[in-house]
Amino acid sequence: MFARTSALVFSPQCGQVRNMATLKDITIRLKSIKNIQKITKSMKMVAAAKYARAEKQLKPARVYGTGALALYEKADIKAPEDKVAKHLIVGVTSDRGLCGAIHSGVAKTIKNEIANLTGSGKEVMVINVGDKLRGLLHRTHGKHILLNCKEVGRKPPNFSDASVIATELLTSGYEFDQGSVIFNRFRSVISYKTDQKPLFSNDTVSSSENMGVYDDIDADVLRNYQEFALVNVIYLALKESSTSEQSARMTAMDSASKNASEMIDKLTLTFNRTRQAVITKELIEIISGAAAL
Amino acid sequence: MLAARLFRRALPVLRQARSYADAASGAPQMSFTFASPTQVFFREASVKQVDVPTLTGVFGILPAHVPTLQVLRPGVVTVFNDDGSSAKYFATLAAESLSLSEDRRQSLNILVSSGSVTVNADSSVQLLAEEAVPLDQLDVTAARANLEKAQSELVGTADEAVRAEVQISIEANEAIVKALE
Repeated sequence: MFARTSALVFSPQCGQVRNMATLKDITIRLKSIKNIQKITKSMKMVAAAKYARAEKQLKPARVYGTGALALYEKADIKAPEDKVAKHLIVGVTSDRGLCGAIHSGVAKTIKNEIANLTGSGKEVMVINVGDKLRGLLHRTHGKHILLNCKEVGRKPPNFSDASVIATELLTSGYEFDQGSVIFNRFRSVISYKTDQKPLFSNDTVSSSENMGVYDDIDADVLRNYQEFALVNVIYLALKESSTSEQSARMTAMDSASKNASEMIDKLTLTFNRTRQAVITKELIEIISGAAAL
Repeated sequence: MLAARLFRRALPVLRQARSYADAASGAPQMSFTFASPTQVFFREASVKQVDVPTLTGVFGILPAHVPTLQVLRPGVVTVFNDDGSSAKYFATLAAESLSLSEDRRQSLNILVSSGSVTVNADSSVQLLAEEAVPLDQLDVTAARANLEKAQSELVGTADEAVRAEVQISIEANEAIVKALE
């Protein structure tokens, strides 16, 4: 009884009840979506230009980076499973969004890695290259973050950026036994994949069995070589990541522009229908008014 | 080797097959990769010899060299191709006042080397230099001018980091001048 009376009093409108949009509302919406389409189109052009340049620079960077990792592959250097207690993860993304799943892919991989490693009792620290990654990680994994790097992504990365990151890492005082760099490897204009490259500490390399094959190495030379290799791996990751990011932004803005033009078409039809309905209504009023006389 | 040559003369029809066999039984070919972050000079190329300036001295690498790791010093890299021609490159740090490098690197306390060279057991060689240019692209008068400027800077400053930078600059410029003369 009470419920029924209150229902009569309040009469809430459940479900989709839409008032007929006026011409003005539709015009406003249409204008704003057209502006958005202009913006996304221009962002796509900019991303396409940056992508072309990044891809050109990626070719020599890839040869350089794979050359730097060749030693570790050929000598088959692996960290000893039992001894490894301190891990380092370098996550490479950038500062800017609107590029699809670039940042979330890397963040997801890092979160999984942290969960695996802490589950087996190892200590992990993370270096964030790019503000987006910091935003994704600092709330839940804040105590694992060692360093944050900002101002990434505005200009194409170069070797000095990689060396700055490597310097900060080495002077941070965190003695890691093994590490990995997690980045988005560029495969083609429409596809990229989150990939990992390993980082080894000096101890791991010098105590690896195959290193005995290499002749005439003293600790100083090895340390210099390792530091240089570290910079090279980070450089490769930066280059690949920036190329993937630009191509992802290009495709994201392209699909945004397409969606916007679809919405514009639909709204234009609605606008015309509404306009004709308004004119018909006026005509009817005039005619019925004239007929009444 | 001699027998193979005689065979070649005697049976010219079989020359093709003979030379394939020679290549396989000869010394392992050196797969040489020489790159800087912005440019690739050689990519898994087969060359005869490479002369490399390292912190412990200049040494030449031939195919089947014993595996080793070395760290480069700013200097001239000479590559001897299979056909006998040679090409010279200058490998150095990017922070050098070479007329071609744009960025100044902030951190110097760690990398005094200008690159690394790796000779692996399967006779592949990776030579990675931070910055490398063919020698004919360098100007000796500009190098001399840079050298003098750096030497006067060294006398003028007492700050450790700046002194280190200037020292490296002097070394590199001296090497360029010596190589170009």
